[in-house]
This record gives sequence, structure tokens and C-alpha cells, in this order.
Amino acid sequence: MSPIRPRIGVLALQGDVREHLRVLEDLGAEAVRVRRPTELEGVRGLVLPGGESSVIDRLTRTFGLREPLRAAIAAGMPVYGTCAGMILLADRLEGAVAGQLTLGGLDVTVRRNAFGRQNESFETELAVPELGTVPVAATFIRAPEVTAAGPAVSVLAELPGGRIVAVEQGPLLATAFHPEVSGENRFHRRLLERVLSS
Amino acid sequence: MNTDTTNTTTGTGAVKRGLAEMLKGGVIMDVVTAEQARIAEDAGAVAVMALERVPADIRAQGGVARMSDPDLIDAITAEVSIPVMAKARIGHFVEAQVLQQLGVDYVDESEVLSPADYVHHIDKHRFTVPFVCGATNLGEALRRITEGAAMIRSKGEAGTGDVSEATRHIRTITAEIRALSSRSEDELYVAAKELQAPYALVKEVAETGALPVVMFTAGGVATPADAAMMMQLGADGVFVGSGIFHSGDPVARAAAIVKATAFHDDPAVVAEASRGLGEAMVGINVSDVPAPHRLSERGW
Repeated sequence: MSPIRPRIGVLALQGDVREHLRVLEDLGAEAVRVRRPTELEGVRGLVLPGGESSVIDRLTRTFGLREPLRAAIAAGMPVYGTCAGMILLADRLEGAVAGQLTLGGLDVTVRRNAFGRQNESFETELAVPELGTVPVAATFIRAPEVTAAGPAVSVLAELPGGRIVAVEQGPLLATAFHPEVSGENRFHRRLLERVLSS
Repeated sequence: MNTDTTNTTTGTGAVKRGLAEMLKGGVIMDVVTAEQARIAEDAGAVAVMALERVPADIRAQGGVARMSDPDLIDAITAEVSIPVMAKARIGHFVEAQVLQQLGVDYVDESEVLSPADYVHHIDKHRFTVPFVCGATNLGEALRRITEGAAMIRSKGEAGTGDVSEATRHIRTITAEIRALSSRSEDELYVAAKELQAPYALVKEVAETGALPVVMFTAGGVATPADAAMMMQLGADGVFVGSGIFHSGDPVARAAAIVKATAFHDDPAVVAEASRGLGEAMVGINVSDVPAPHRLSERGW
């Protein structure tokens, strides 16, 4: 495996998998779909896409991916989660479907559907100083938010009023919004940097 | 679109199309009660379609089919945390206004209900809520997208449990897209005329080889294998209407169709999902439905 073309998995049970694969390929990664434990072999970083978090959780358990994914996170694999992916990375969840689990890893509390229903979904320009001075075009779709973050968590972005929508903790990165649908690739680039330096 | 003082904008194309992107690879289930909505969410539905009668019952009972009672939609919305869709009649922009007011996440301008306007579809650009519309061919899909549809569903023949029309419609749409991609640029003007769709949109589809919005399939899907077949034919996801709650074991069938949709290209998973589901909906062959009663012929 070439170190300059790392293999990055996108959890592909449900959601906007195609958009993430495209961004990763454009950045020069070898992007692969992950639906089975064997497909994690050789994967050096992982994206948890947007989608319906309760459905993705259910399918990870049905198809034996939950424990391999938890093991990969525990072993320090760089992971980036968007929207439903942020929910999956959270240690604590508000507004879960009965019995819904998360993979965990990020010491945060995340609230599902924090901004309301689809009528309240929105686009905005978001300052993310860690990514430079150009703001991020952020698309929030029935999005979650971080309602509490532990001491090891860095807040990368807040909305005006202080609602936390992007966080990082070691190799784990999460956004409540979808840079992958608006042509923004700096979060994926950050994931790749983490992979290449690990 | 509405922009507020904090520079946030709701109801944009990206936001409307984006929700459909997030539903990809999933199953949207018709439900007529809050209890069914609970079963659907627990089984792994990515969204539910709230309605008073599933298409099989609309077909059996006849009469004019309209938007559901707001009380029913509210009860279903209160029960689940996944997106809730609801149907408005073709052209009935006030039913759509009501559904937007109720806070549904997607409006289905649907041929399953009785059309309210035999000339005009709803001008969907005027709404914050996104719309999904049915189509039987590429031209119809592009006309709906021009009117503002943020998601397309190939129609099939709803309420039959016969998947043949769903197959025909998705094959037609994908074949027409492939044919368009093979045309030279100067042939696209005539293609636009033939498709009765705007040139810019026709050119975009020819260049990308895909619709600019997500396309699910619908109408007659009754088994895990039906759902997997639609996915292999190019659908981004499936709607299942009467097929779940008109079957012998809705709980098992709903979960099985979710699994088969996610692993549509893996016959081992589809085989396992197909086991022990009890009776499928009885169904009627589309060829036995007299042409005036075929729902897919509504819309133009």
C-alpha cells in the first residue's frame, strides 16, 4: 500500500456514501465501501456518513460490524463522522430511538434532530479557524448538535449563539453538518493528514 | 428560501435535495397508524409515509383519495424520530401548504391520490418543504425536477404487489439516461424537444449520466428480492407501500426488506432475509387492472 494513497473506508450500510467516496477519491485516497468486517482489512481511516443513525446502528449490529468498528476506534484509527456519523461517534446520545446504541469514542453528548424538522434545515457560512480563514459552506439537514463536551474535546466550530457543531478528539473528527454535499473537502483532508501521520 | 439575520438560509435546493441524499440505501414504508410507524422505525425504515389508506385499500375501496387528516399525521409525527412524509394530490398546492404547515419532512405529490388538477402540477419552488414526485420515464422526471421536485420516485403500479411496472419504469428511466449520454452535443437540442424538458437540464443529465436528484423506486415491491432487484436496477432506495402491512408478518417482513436493500448485491443476504416471512400480500396482476384504474397513468 502506498503511503501517499491510503485506503479510507466509508461505512456503506445506508446514507450519503457516494458523496464521501467522491471527495476522498478527489483528494487522492483509495476510497472503499465497508459493509462487512472483512472490508475493514487494510483500511487506515474511516468515514461514517450522513444517513439515518438509528438505521445504521441497527445494520452494524445485524451484520457483525459493531464490535470491529469499536475495536478500530479503540485502536486509534482516524475516523470522521458527519451528522449521523457524529451521532455514532458520541459517547452519549439524547433523543435516541428506543434501544439505539452508538459506537462511542468521542467524549460528547449529542442530541438528535436538534434543530427541528426538515423545514428548519439550513445552509450557512461557518467560521472554522482550524481550517483557515475561508469559512466553510455548511449544510445542516435535520442535524444533531453537541450539547456537552468533555475536557479532551476541542470545539472546532460553533454557530452564532454558541451551539457546538464541529469537534475533534485525538484521531476522531465530527461535524453536525455535511461538507460533502457542498464541495467542501477540508475536513476530509484533515482526516487524510491524520492517517498519513499515524 | 428564507434568510435570517444570522446568515442561515432554509429551503434551499441543497437542503431539499440533501435530505433525499441521506435516505439513500434505505426503505421508506407506508404507515396508516402511529403503531405501524413505531413498527417501521423499529424495523429500520429510513422514513415513513403517513397516509390514511395504503394504495391496495384505496384501490379496493375506490372513491376520491385525498390528503390525510392532520390528526393522523400529527400522531405519526409524534411517534417517531425518523423523517415523516405525507401525500398531497397532484396539483393540490393547498394540501401541500397544509402539509408544510404540519411540519412533514417531505411532501409526495402522488398519483396514488386522486389528481386535483389535470393540467398543472404544484409549483414546488414556492415551498420550504421538499417534494418527491413520481415518474414513469425520463421526460416526466425532468419536468417534475423543473417544477422543483427534490427527489424522484419511479412510479410502478401502487397497491398491486406486482413489481413488473416498477421494473418497467426504472428500466425506462435508466435506459433513457444511457441513451442521452451517448448523444452528441448538437443532438441534445432535439433530445430536449423529444423529452419535453428544458435543454439545460437535459444537457446536465447527458454530461453526468445521472439525474440531478436522488431516485427511489416504488409501486408493487412486496418481497426482499423485489427490493434488491430495484436496487440492482439502479434505484437509490425503495418505497414499500401495501407490501409490508398487508403481509402475514409485517415486523419480520419490514426488517427483511431493510436488510435486502442494504445488501442488494449479495444473494446470500437476500436469501437469508427471504426465509420464514409468512404470506406476502396477495396482490393483483397489473395486466388484470383495467387501464382507467392504473394509477401510474396519472401525471404527465
